[in-house]
Amino acid sequence: MQETSKEQWTARFVEVIARASTQLPPDVVEALRRGRQREDEGSLAAKALDTVLRNIELAAGTWQPICQDTGTPLVWIHHPVGMSTRLLTGAFEEAVRQATARQLLRPNAVDPLRDKNTGNGAAPGIPTVHCEEWDEDGVEVRMMLKGGGCENVGAQYTLPNPALKADRNLEGVKRCILDAIYKAQGKGCSPGIIGACFGGDRGSGFLESKRQLLRRLDDRNPIPELDAMEREIFDKANQLGIGPMGFGGSTTVLGVKIGYLGRLPASYFVSVSYMCWANRRAGAHFAPDGSVTWLE
Amino acid sequence: MKLQLPCDEATIRSLKVGDFVELSGRLITGRDSAHHWLIKEMREEVLPLMRGSVIYHVGPVVKKHEDGSYSFVAAGPTTSAREEPYQADVIGRYGLRGVIGKGGMGPKTLAGLQQHGAVYFHAIGGAAQVLAQSVKRVETVFQLEEFGVPEALWVIQVEDFPVVVTMDSHGGSLHATVDAASKSQLDALLGLSA
Repeated sequence: MQETSKEQWTARFVEVIARASTQLPPDVVEALRRGRQREDEGSLAAKALDTVLRNIELAAGTWQPICQDTGTPLVWIHHPVGMSTRLLTGAFEEAVRQATARQLLRPNAVDPLRDKNTGNGAAPGIPTVHCEEWDEDGVEVRMMLKGGGCENVGAQYTLPNPALKADRNLEGVKRCILDAIYKAQGKGCSPGIIGACFGGDRGSGFLESKRQLLRRLDDRNPIPELDAMEREIFDKANQLGIGPMGFGGSTTVLGVKIGYLGRLPASYFVSVSYMCWANRRAGAHFAPDGSVTWLE
Repeated sequence: MKLQLPCDEATIRSLKVGDFVELSGRLITGRDSAHHWLIKEMREEVLPLMRGSVIYHVGPVVKKHEDGSYSFVAAGPTTSAREEPYQADVIGRYGLRGVIGKGGMGPKTLAGLQQHGAVYFHAIGGAAQVLAQSVKRVETVFQLEEFGVPEALWVIQVEDFPVVVTMDSHGGSLHATVDAASKSQLDALLGLSA
C-alpha cells in the first residue's frame, strides 16, 4: 500500500469519480422506482419520474454524467497508519482535474476573487478531501458529488426557534428539518434526500449533515431515537405533497439521515443538507494486494 | 403537445399551467452571466436569434470536436430563481416567448409573462442525458471565452425537448399552488395553524 504511487492512486480515483458521476447506486434507483409506483398514472409527477428513470438508464449505459451539474466532489478516505495524506489528497485533486478534462465532470470551480471559472475543476477548497487513519491495512474511499441546485436549498437553524415552536430537544430538531423540506419546495430537484445534524458548530454541523448522505437509503440508524425520527420525518415530509420537481405528488423525499455532534452550551444548531434525487455516491475498498471492492 | 420554435404570441397564450409540451426548433441558452450581459446593453447580435424563441437556463457539459463543432454531452436545467431580477426585462427587450428552467420564478417574471405573452417551461431537473439527446445541433456560441462553457450563450437546435408549463401568460403558477398547499400541510403537521 505504501508503495502505490501517486499516479496509481490518481488513476484509481478517476475510476471512483467516473462511477459517482454516471452510475446511480441501486438503492437510490429502487427508491425512485417505488416512488414512481405511488404516483397517479398520467400525472406530472409520474411523467417527471419516468424521465428521471430513463435518464439514469441512459447515463449508466453510456457512462455519461447523470446530471450536468457534477457538483463539488466531497470525499472521505480511511487509510492505514503512516500513509501520506498529502499523497492521497494530491492524487484525488489530480483525479478531479483529469475527470474534468475527460468530461466526466463539468468545469465546476469558480474563483470568486477573480470571478472566473478556473476551467479545470479545482479551486481553493475544491475538492473537499477528508483523510482519517484507521487500523486496517487497506484504503477505503467514499465520495459524493453534490450539485449547486440542492446545495442552495440547505439551511441551518438555531434552537429555540419560536416561529416553528421548536425547543432545544429532538422534537425541535424534527420541526426544523420539516420546515427546511417545505422551504426547499422542488428547487433541490425533488424527490430529495435529507442529511441532517443537530449540534456541532456552524461548520462541523453542516459537514456532518453531508457525511450522512453517504448512507444507503435502505439502511437504518443504529440509534433507536434517531431511527424513529428518520422514519417519522420521512412520512411527514411525503405528506407535504410537494412531489417530484415541485409538481405536486406523493414522492417528496427518498430518505432522511440524521447524525449529531457535541455542542456548546450556548449554541444549538440544526444543519440540514438537501441532496437531489441524483444522490451520486461511489465508494471503493483498495486492499494491499491491489484488489478493488466496489462499495454501494 | 408539440411546439415549434420560434412561435407567435397567440400560440404561447393558448398554453396553460400543467400542459406537457415537447419543444422543437431553435433556442438559446443563458444563465447568470448571460442575463447580466443581455441587460447591460442591447446585444444586437443575438436579437434575431432570440425573437419568438425561448431562453434555456442551463450550464451544459459541452464537447468540442476536432473539426471545431460542438455537441452537448449533458444538459439538464439550472435553478431559474437567480435570474428573477432580470428575466421580465430580457423577455420584453428581446421578444422571447418563453423561459425554460427549473424551480419556477417570482412575481416580476409572472407579470412579465402576462404582459409580453410568454410562459415558463419547467424542464426535468437532472435529466441531463435525456435532454442532451434532444439537442440535435449546436449552431453557434456567444461569450464562450469570457464566460466559460457553463455560462456562455449557446444557440442550439432541439427536437421533442420535454417540458411542463408551470407558469402561464395568464397569471397562473403551479409553484404558487403547490407552495400554498404544502404550507397548509406543514402547519397542520406541526400544529402551527393560527
